Amino acid sequence: MLSGGGGGSGGGGGGAGGGGGAGGGSGGGRSPKPSFVSYVTPEEINLTEKEISRKEKQPDLLQGEVIFCSASPIRKCTQDDFSQRGIFGSLFCTNFRISFISDETQLEEEEGQVFKNKLYGENDIPLTCVDNIYRGFDEKKKLITSGSVRNKYPSKIIIHCKDLRVFQFSLAFAKEEDAKKIFQGIVHHCLEPKSLKCIFAFSYSEKMTFSSENQTKLKTVMFDSMVDWAQEMKRTKGNCKLVSANADFNISTKLPQFFIVPLAVSEEDFTQFQGKGIPIWCWSHHSGCALFKTASLPLMQEDGCSQSYRTYMERMLNAVAQNHLYSVKTEELPETLPTIQDIQQSYNKFKQFFLVDNTTEFWMSDVKWFSSLENSGWLDIIRQCLTKAVEVVECLENENTNVLIMEEEGSDLCCVISSLVQVMLDPHFRTLEGFQSLVQKEWVAGGHHFLDRCNYLHKDKELQSPVFLLFLECVWQLLQQYAPAFQFSETYLTVLSDSVDVSVFSTFLFNSPHHRATTIQPVSLLAQKGPLNLPTVWDWSVQFNSAAQDFFTNPLYVEKSRQDKVPRKTFRPKHQRHQSLPSTAFKSSPKKSFFKDETDSLKKMLRVKRISRWLNPTDLTQSTTREFYEAWQRKPLDYHGLLLPCVDGPALRVWAQRYLRWLPEVQIFGGGAMTLEKKLVDLLAEVRELRGKLDWHCSVDFSHRGAAALAGSSVRLSSAFPFFVSRTWSFKPAIPSCLQKNLITGTFADKEDEDSECLGVI
Amino acid sequence: MAEIESCFVFNASTKQSIFLCFQASNESLKMELLADVPLLPGEERVIDKDIIYICPFNGPVKGRVFITNYRLFFRSVDVDPAVTLNVPLGVISRVEKMGGASSRGENSYGLDITCKDMRNLRFALKQEGHSRRDIFDILFRYAFPLSHGLQLFAFLSQEKYQENGWTVYNPVQEFRRQGLPNDQWRITFLNNNYELCDTYPTILVVPYSASDEDLRKVATFRSRGRIPVLSWIHPENQAVITRCSQPLVGMSGKRNRDDERYLDIIRATNKMTSKLTIFDARPNVNAVANKATGGGYEGEDAYQNAELVFLDIHNIHVMRESLKKLKDIVYPNVEESHWLSSLESTHWLEHIKLVLSGAIQVADKISTGSSVVVHCSDGWDRTAQLTSLAMLMLDSYYRTFRGFQVLLEKEWISFGHKFASRIGHGDKNHADADRSPIFLQFIDCVWQMTKQFPTAFEFNERLLVAVLDHLYSCRFGTFLYNCESARDANEVKMKTVSLWSFINSDRASYINPFYTVEFVHVLYPVASMRHLELWVSYYIRWNPRIRQQQHSPMEQRYKELLALKEQYLRKLEELQLSDSTSHLSNSTAPSPSTPSQRVTHLQTPF
Repeated sequence: MLSGGGGGSGGGGGGAGGGGGAGGGSGGGRSPKPSFVSYVTPEEINLTEKEISRKEKQPDLLQGEVIFCSASPIRKCTQDDFSQRGIFGSLFCTNFRISFISDETQLEEEEGQVFKNKLYGENDIPLTCVDNIYRGFDEKKKLITSGSVRNKYPSKIIIHCKDLRVFQFSLAFAKEEDAKKIFQGIVHHCLEPKSLKCIFAFSYSEKMTFSSENQTKLKTVMFDSMVDWAQEMKRTKGNCKLVSANADFNISTKLPQFFIVPLAVSEEDFTQFQGKGIPIWCWSHHSGCALFKTASLPLMQEDGCSQSYRTYMERMLNAVAQNHLYSVKTEELPETLPTIQDIQQSYNKFKQFFLVDNTTEFWMSDVKWFSSLENSGWLDIIRQCLTKAVEVVECLENENTNVLIMEEEGSDLCCVISSLVQVMLDPHFRTLEGFQSLVQKEWVAGGHHFLDRCNYLHKDKELQSPVFLLFLECVWQLLQQYAPAFQFSETYLTVLSDSVDVSVFSTFLFNSPHHRATTIQPVSLLAQKGPLNLPTVWDWSVQFNSAAQDFFTNPLYVEKSRQDKVPRKTFRPKHQRHQSLPSTAFKSSPKKSFFKDETDSLKKMLRVKRISRWLNPTDLTQSTTREFYEAWQRKPLDYHGLLLPCVDGPALRVWAQRYLRWLPEVQIFGGGAMTLEKKLVDLLAEVRELRGKLDWHCSVDFSHRGAAALAGSSVRLSSAFPFFVSRTWSFKPAIPSCLQKNLITGTFADKEDEDSECLGVI
Repeated sequence: MAEIESCFVFNASTKQSIFLCFQASNESLKMELLADVPLLPGEERVIDKDIIYICPFNGPVKGRVFITNYRLFFRSVDVDPAVTLNVPLGVISRVEKMGGASSRGENSYGLDITCKDMRNLRFALKQEGHSRRDIFDILFRYAFPLSHGLQLFAFLSQEKYQENGWTVYNPVQEFRRQGLPNDQWRITFLNNNYELCDTYPTILVVPYSASDEDLRKVATFRSRGRIPVLSWIHPENQAVITRCSQPLVGMSGKRNRDDERYLDIIRATNKMTSKLTIFDARPNVNAVANKATGGGYEGEDAYQNAELVFLDIHNIHVMRESLKKLKDIVYPNVEESHWLSSLESTHWLEHIKLVLSGAIQVADKISTGSSVVVHCSDGWDRTAQLTSLAMLMLDSYYRTFRGFQVLLEKEWISFGHKFASRIGHGDKNHADADRSPIFLQFIDCVWQMTKQFPTAFEFNERLLVAVLDHLYSCRFGTFLYNCESARDANEVKMKTVSLWSFINSDRASYINPFYTVEFVHVLYPVASMRHLELWVSYYIRWNPRIRQQQHSPMEQRYKELLALKEQYLRKLEELQLSDSTSHLSNSTAPSPSTPSQRVTHLQTPF
């Protein structure tokens, strides 16, 4: 029954069992519960008995979740390869997840697990969260690609998750039939192309109804109605035109149902190029200038429609310029920023540093950590995006110029840059609801191709790219530089980045509002109900109870007090100068720009002069941006005002919580930033309680105790808290095993030592 | 006096100034001002001159430079806000002339000053009339007083503090705290006149069963007589950290029965230890190479009950070069294009990793009940790093404000880390091969630990920076000279002020508000590059682009909340008091000063 491979690996397990046992013995006094050690050969395991116990243990299925296949006994290997320890249990594959259920009773579950996700546990992997599957043999592993699976199955599979967890399952102990079935099931559901309707969200939501209660409580603006857009324009005092002509997607399937354009754009303009080239309003600066984005046609095509398109674009540019002071700066994002493929490639390299299979590998990679990090280019991409956003901010804030950012589809880098600009300029978007509204406005309504970029359907790998994650990374950099400016916490961003891959939320399932509308309608016709009510990710109660949600708020954030809230300045002295010279600036991007010719003719039209400053622009933009940053930095920091990121080498860092949380080697037991935060949260809760008592001496609801009560004092925190709570109170330190021996550099290598005088001693 | 002090905010926001240390003594009222900074008692003006400071960040700044016997002070004219420099002369490692009388170009004639604290200063003067000659000569004399028959400023200072920092460390008291002497370990005064070992302190703790004669014999076989002595004992399992220098094995592989027996006695003091672990801090090859100069390491045959572990930490020269490279990439401008690979190529953090992981291994051995011996070559550089870091991990006392001072006094100062040679106090020989940033590296390791365990240390980052600043400043006697015998000979405790007098008079500035007393656990930092960071607020602190935060936002918010809590508690007390006296029912009506109104600026995010 057991294949040779299975027996071999079982023997290996047994052989190393002695070592594992010894380790367990010395640490056993402390660990609350000994882990199962494989002393036995597979033959010794009483399979029938296992089967009986398995019957009782099944994953708690969600609404609409069905089990495809299962196998047992399966050994989940711990990442520490040396001890060959592991836990036996059953492996399930459902239409939502791969789930491992341990045979051992989970006593420790309740304690310390404050940050529990309601949809999936620590041994569950949502199907859409699976990044890569490998077959493991000996010390090596080999990537499994869809279609490469025949009748064979490996004795061990390694699963790398998009949230950077790594699982290793040994199939060698299960019945051949079961093992084959579970392996093929997992590969099929995680790697093979599938249709959108197979995504779990659809079966899930058919059975569930999601009240919009939580959303209204959080007041996340969804930007799916006229009112939302009108309100936003009013909030920013923008003076543009709200368009509803696309309510039924008659103009374009790529544009949202409602959008805002400059006043000078006419109705006829909408239909001319299927919505391409229309400047879509993003945000208005208090000076009156605004940020627009557009999906532009491919550049410089010498075909027939070129001329008419040019005149059309001239008109569009003119319209943007008219929005404020007849000035506009255009920015072709793809010219200076990496492509979505670059982003994907870089991230692929970057994430490998955290998907570590064993301790040896970890310490090996530690030696060249900084240069590997640099070679991945990921931090540099973050830097480029932040820098570009600062350039745009400078135009809006310093020069009060309208800015039009462009990109072929207008829904990748445009989303990153426009939302970053708004986070930097507008403190509203640094609140929880403001941030969520921003994602709705720029990303969901803005038609970011979430489905293609996440590649849930395993179709075109070329389209896959972590663009949204890149945005969250940039926001995280701002957050760690200016923590008190943000109402949300690092944990919030990490959870949001995880939620993208849970495949339950409508937020990340579609490529555009049109795609969403057309997908939802037919389903609901069949179901003979109202439109399908998919949960949005902002309904956090779907994933977390309210206690866990307390981790989302940043204890450092202080709302702006009312006294401080001065009315927006309507003008500044330097703006006046602008007003007296209304035709000063018609600035085009300094780089070889499609718009160069257009701007020339436009300049004639508008009778504006080219400013000499822009003659030698490449260095100048850089140095002015630098000056802009330095001038801002010299002023006292206002957390409720403009924020500019420092992009110098030492300032950009790795998002440690997201990337290091699952690596046992880098857990700081009893330490980490969370220990600090917890002290603050505790004190905050105490102060709040006192205020409650004061406000009216009693009769105050003390039910809300904040995160303080969550992490009871019995829990010893670690750097991975709240994501990972240590159970095996391991006091063993991680000792680097692979230290670089050839550190000695230069001429001092052989010159031992400080005791050069030592010669004379003896 | 304490009240006056608390009025002063330690002001380091002026970017270039570090030592705006206000002396809140009665004399301060009539104290002479240097531009706008009061002179220290005992500080005297020597020269002042119009000069141009060539600021690497903002370009040339016109102003006036003042030189005293303690510092160089520069203040700009007609620039707002004023640019100031306040540099203790002790920080200067090198003064050079820049350009000649015939040099062309603006500001090409002047002085180029290299500092020990990661910066350089350049000044330009008028080219005519040898205008720099006098200032150069004076700077050279006063920056390097020992090379010119002058005294270090610490001996001229007349500063008075209520606290006497020299009483912080009392070896007998510290050993008593550790439960010593006990039935296995005794205190010996054998080295009272520095006869056994001239670089050790007078009071040593040695195995009870080793006689004074034994110690003398062992001393002949250990480099410079630095025999294995106790640094720390585990209160429960009785495992000990002992420190020493290398054995004098030499090329011929000499053995010494007394030394072998002595180490076995150390092993036997702890019944749990079947094998004594000897940590040789050096890389294996270096240890071997040392045999050529008469040193070496404990051979397996000779020391049967011991296991030898090499920790691969490099020597002082490698560390010095590494820091030099680090300075190249952070000063004046931070390397932009390849920051991370440049940082890696300095190896600075990699050395930090090695030192930390060595200390982790020491601490791990101790907490599992094995006694250890730590040595390198002479046992005053790497050994001091390892023992003190391991003790910091093992014993929460050393993580307190006082305990940390004791740790420095004990493992570094009293056991003869050669501060004078490593720093080169008052010495003009800037290229001396004995100089090395070993102590800085240790403080960096401590900083890494405070970053990883932000609630475990009673002191804050400001203390670490202050210690490093005064490591160079020569204002206090604490870090002067190479060992206790030299300090005694120069009457340091009589004639100079201790750094701890200064620090402990301003305790509040150096306290970490997040400190949580936790006695039980050993702190194991993670010695992985993933967690090690460059200490930007020390190494890049002169760069105005790096935003320096006086108080971290976290700290500020915490203090605000603490104040708020106090306020609420007081208010609540008042209310309860008024409640009990008069039972008026309209207590709901908010009075004008109701706390919720007064504190609207502190609204919580919920």
